[in-house]
Amino acid sequence: MNEAFAYAERGAPGQIPDVPGGWDHLFGEMLIDITIIGILFTVITVYLLIRYRRREQGQEGNPPRLTTAAAIGWAIIPAFIFMADDFYLAAEGWTLFNEYRRVPENAYEVKVEGSMWSWHFIYPEGVESFGELRVPAGTPVVVRMTSKDVVHSFFIPDFRVKQDMMPGRMTYLWFYPKAPGEHLITCAEYCGLMHSGMKGMIKVVSQDEFNNWIETEKKNNNT
Amino acid sequence: MYATEEALRHKPGFGQTLREWIFTIDHKRIGILYLIGSLAAFAVAGLMALLIRIELGSLGPTLTSNPGTYNVWLYFHGAAMILAFQIPALTGFLANYLVPLMIGARDMAFPRLNALSLWLYWAGIILALLTFVIPDPPDVMWTGYPPYSLKTGGNTAFYVFTVHLMGFSSIVGGINLLTTIFYMRAPGLKLNKLNIFVWSTMGAFVLQLVFIPVLAAAVTTLLFDKYLGTHFYDPANGGDVLLYQNLFWFYSHPAVYVILLPTIGMIFDIVATFAKNRVFNYNMVVYGGIGGVVLMSGEVWIHHLFTSGMPDWIRIGMMISTLLISIPVGLLMIGLLGTLYRGAIQYTTPMLYAVGFIFLFLIGGLTGIPNAMTAIDLYIHDTHFVVAHFHYVMAVATTFAIFGSVYYLFPKMTGRMYSETLGKIGFFILFAGVNITFFTMFIVGFKGMPRRYYDYQQFPQLEGLHHIITIGAYIIGIAALLILISWIHGLIAGKKAPDNPWGSKSLEWTTSTPPPPGNFRELPILTEEWHPYGYGRSK
Ligand code: HEM
Ligand SMILES: [Cu+2]
Ligand SMILES: [Cu+2]
Repeated sequence: MNEAFAYAERGAPGQIPDVPGGWDHLFGEMLIDITIIGILFTVITVYLLIRYRRREQGQEGNPPRLTTAAAIGWAIIPAFIFMADDFYLAAEGWTLFNEYRRVPENAYEVKVEGSMWSWHFIYPEGVESFGELRVPAGTPVVVRMTSKDVVHSFFIPDFRVKQDMMPGRMTYLWFYPKAPGEHLITCAEYCGLMHSGMKGMIKVVSQDEFNNWIETEKKNNNT
Repeated sequence: MYATEEALRHKPGFGQTLREWIFTIDHKRIGILYLIGSLAAFAVAGLMALLIRIELGSLGPTLTSNPGTYNVWLYFHGAAMILAFQIPALTGFLANYLVPLMIGARDMAFPRLNALSLWLYWAGIILALLTFVIPDPPDVMWTGYPPYSLKTGGNTAFYVFTVHLMGFSSIVGGINLLTTIFYMRAPGLKLNKLNIFVWSTMGAFVLQLVFIPVLAAAVTTLLFDKYLGTHFYDPANGGDVLLYQNLFWFYSHPAVYVILLPTIGMIFDIVATFAKNRVFNYNMVVYGGIGGVVLMSGEVWIHHLFTSGMPDWIRIGMMISTLLISIPVGLLMIGLLGTLYRGAIQYTTPMLYAVGFIFLFLIGGLTGIPNAMTAIDLYIHDTHFVVAHFHYVMAVATTFAIFGSVYYLFPKMTGRMYSETLGKIGFFILFAGVNITFFTMFIVGFKGMPRRYYDYQQFPQLEGLHHIITIGAYIIGIAALLILISWIHGLIAGKKAPDNPWGSKSLEWTTSTPPPPGNFRELPILTEEWHPYGYGRSK
């Protein structure tokens, strides 16, 4: 069941989808959608409020009688219009969600353990780091996470991803750092005193630099 | 009905001695005592909000250098606003005061039970206020997620017992109100002639009775885990952290409709009265809108757990069900706008609050849509965007409905008129303040600022926006003071109110002002033609 939903993919296999780009695009589309609805309702409301203000003392409303057909129509037709918009948005949202959940093949896998109030990264080579996650540019990265104590949430605003981590369960998210640079990690689930200070950095470096770093760290560990 | 007869023997008038109020079993006085309690909770929780906003107004420590203090403010603000202000103001004050009057009953079905529910609520308020007295106040936020709520040195038991007391109070009140609505309507008052407020209160209490036990189970197991050594939420011993989040939201999503339904019901009544118009498409509003919300409310809770690690298929399913909630909510909006159509709208203070509600609710409802879209929510969940959404749609919109209702009922409750000038000034300042505050909050959230943050060193570029939000909070504070002054002014210096200053057709306005014990000198006899919204040609 889970698989069927998560892997109902779009695009050619092997191609890495642009998730943050997709998010920005869908958010923009959705913003246009709700702005149109909002303006429509606002204009109608303002019109009604001005047009039907009371002109004289003791005046009462004078609405036409609603026939049964009209009454049913006024329920069914708007319901279907709303439903159509809901399904349109749901379809778009589903597609993007699948991209979020489908980890590209050959992704570089890092383990993260959260604890009050820091992040502990464990690389497949056996190297470890605290607070700073180093990854190579040009390779998708999947982060498998859990927590030592309470619920935290691994949030990378730049990559538009967020996933809670908690004791007793393993969760994941993935992102695709295309170019060298730095990206903030910040905790998004209330975890006590230093919740707002529970931050970290993703350092994206070139593949060569990354390999060197791993080698140096390995040596440091051995000595 | 023995207790009702006793209520009838009470001296008429406003109640001059404390004794008369403390031992009262009259639904109107109980309603007013609920109002006093909820306004007190609003004042303290509002003060906390101001402290929170001052703290966030600039980077770094501002008011306190201890994040723990800030966390307690935030805990109290959220828990008290929801449990001690909004739910009791709607299902305690308004439901108690209005439902028996609207259905032409002499009192509630069980007046003594009603007093019990009131005093359980006051005990809850006192327990909540002890937060500021005990050395280890709770700091678990209104959601109380474990394992944090189990590991914290804060006193989670106070949170749990506050929820228990409020829950008991609400269950007792719910049984009473549903019985009253079903068995105590005036002769001739058929179900399809009930005020929308009565229908929506019925919906709210059905939700309370069905879902409160789930919340009670969630917080009670929390208590067991923390103090008795059970392992419901301890994965090391076979427990599961996510169980709590599921139980909590299985109640707390319906709870937002417990708040929404009476809110929008009151707005319908205010709009119909001041537009002197029938409610547009009554059956659609009652069965499609209110009924639809009640039926769908239990199938969407996963939208609060989109980033929690629930299976993908249920996240997709509840994205769709959440989006579909826009159907009943949309029908309610159409009902409201249709009620304006060909009306004769009179802009009194309560009507301004109703109009304010429409705009706030529109913005709040529409910004629920990005939250509902799972993929979009993966970014905005637990940011200030969500905080802005639920303040627009619930916190602020409902506060507008409550304030509007207090103005609306002011003449009936106190026998005096408030000053329209003062009332309107308060409204416009409040409307400006909430929009400055909460619209800016959408932008801050969109830029990635998480919620429940004591500081934001990692987002220094947001300081300017945070500053604006805090200015908005000051404006809200000033407006709240003005509103309070307008009520006190009305109480002391207001003109004597006529029985029916708004010219309403609804039953609560047909009795004298303030209503005598037993409500009606003679029980109303309703004709075939009578309708609470029977204005103009639609008679
Ligand atoms: C069509 C209408 C609505 C939709 C689609 C919607 C959707 C959502 C979603 C998906 C969330 C979770 C967002 C997140 O945490 O990331 C949310 C949060 C919330 N909503 Fe709504 N909502 C709607 C209307 C309402 C109404 C009517 C109320 C209350 C009267 C309400 C009150 C809340 C509250 C209190 C929260 C946040 C709770 C918390 O995390 O502390 N919403 N809404
Ligand atoms: Cu945290
Ligand atoms: Cu919800």
